[in-house]
Amino acid sequence: MFNEITLGQYYQTDSVIHRLDPRVKLIATLAYIISLFIVNGWAGYVLAALYLVIVISLSRVPFHYIVRGMKAVMFILLITILFNLFLTPGTPVWTLGPLTLTREGIVFAVKMAVRLTFLIFGSSLMTLTTTPNELTDAMESVMGPLKVLHVPVHEISMMMSIALRFIPILMEETDKIMKAQIARGADFESRNLMKKIHSLVPLLVPLFISAFRRANDLAMAMEARCYRGGEGRTKMKPLAYRGADAAAYVFLALYFASCIVLRILGM
Amino acid sequence: MALRVDDISYEYEKGTAMSVHALAHVSVNIPDGQFIGLVGHTGSGKSTFVQMLNGLLKPSEGHIYWNDQDIHADGFDRKKLRADVGLVFQYPEHQLFEQDVISDVMFGPRNLGFSEEECRKRAEKALRSSGLSEEFWKQSPFDLSGGQQRRAAIAGVLAMQPKVLILDEPTAGLDPRGRDEILDMVRGMKQQLHMTILLVSHSMDDVAEYADRIIVMNDAKILMDGSPKEVFARYKELEAVGLSAPQMVYIMQYLRECGLPVRTDILTVDEAAEEILRHRGELHVQ
Repeated sequence: MFNEITLGQYYQTDSVIHRLDPRVKLIATLAYIISLFIVNGWAGYVLAALYLVIVISLSRVPFHYIVRGMKAVMFILLITILFNLFLTPGTPVWTLGPLTLTREGIVFAVKMAVRLTFLIFGSSLMTLTTTPNELTDAMESVMGPLKVLHVPVHEISMMMSIALRFIPILMEETDKIMKAQIARGADFESRNLMKKIHSLVPLLVPLFISAFRRANDLAMAMEARCYRGGEGRTKMKPLAYRGADAAAYVFLALYFASCIVLRILGM
Repeated sequence: MALRVDDISYEYEKGTAMSVHALAHVSVNIPDGQFIGLVGHTGSGKSTFVQMLNGLLKPSEGHIYWNDQDIHADGFDRKKLRADVGLVFQYPEHQLFEQDVISDVMFGPRNLGFSEEECRKRAEKALRSSGLSEEFWKQSPFDLSGGQQRRAAIAGVLAMQPKVLILDEPTAGLDPRGRDEILDMVRGMKQQLHMTILLVSHSMDDVAEYADRIIVMNDAKILMDGSPKEVFARYKELEAVGLSAPQMVYIMQYLRECGLPVRTDILTVDEAAEEILRHRGELHVQ
């Protein structure tokens, strides 16, 4: 029922990008997102596109698989474009009733669409090539310095990895409960909004109960294995940088520097 | 009121590299009034199969007929079908949601559009057949014990007054006593309510005593279909696919090998005891 959603899913294969240290991928993704807002001219966008092309081809994730993930956010993207098209003040090009299309609006909307598309591609590349566990490890490590400020870094990343781990389990559970209630004559396809909300009760109540039960079991299992937070905890696979990671950082630094240079040159 | 399954197949993840055949060319006839045991180990396709029977899943190929009408034909009332072919899922107590037991049991009949009074009458009848005593009816389903919750959930399907009742592993996770209680309840329902029953299990011992017909599934296909005695006589084949005959079959077989001329087509402890007593004194210590 839910197998259409590819956004944020891990794509299993063996590639240079998959083997990179997750910290590199996390930092690179953040840097890439920032770079998209640094560049302002067409040359900058070409550079950002080039970066994407290189990373995607290295990652060996089929392009259509990445595009499929776009479907989920297409709606938001369209709304953003429409708002920018019609609500940016400037030289009018075309008028339809209260709506005015401006030259600045068109330029801005196109730029925004390119930025958002690149942003989604860039960040979904991270989740496509990094397992949720690696990602939380990376977050814990990158946010490590915040511990000085008493930010519960380990706890946050543990919560994140548990949440990610539970998504497929809860989806399966939802599917099962839904079928069980349909077998008792429940109707989840009603068009009437009130009826629709009402029909969710037999689905949500068992789902919440099951989530609580699972949470309880997991807490018990963690305690039984003496889990007591991040203090003094070691890892089975500690993160370690290798040669390829250094190369990736150099590549990233060059890209980022070029973006800044292009911005200064106004290209 | 018969169900006829005509050459159905089902594929998960169709069209991708991960495509798996959960069912391959399965045909079965389920006439009125039989008590059928559907046995197969985990992953043999039995859960997928039963979800086909009330139209929850649509076969990739093939047809299913209820009273000679194709259940996936346009205009076929599948809601009505789900009332006629009741399906009790594995761990059915996980679907309870109402504030008290009786309202939960009334959920099914309410969805079918019966009057409040009729719903209550059906719910009470179903709860009685499921053997949950009246003191629990007004309690929250979440305050009941595991076994009682399961009875309440089974009653939730019974209240729709199905003609065919399918139970998917109804004894999973219960202790031996809870297991016997549930199985006795199912047999009682068959006798009182004259339903066709399809009991899904991975344990031969669960179905051996009660079923008049056993269907064995393996690897998305039907491997055997016959009376318990016919099926268990092929216990070597059952073992080859990771199943086993009821314990008594083995005991009688062993006794025979030891030289006691007992019958080997025996399924229950009582029958076995009687047969052994009949041959008392014939075994000579070798």
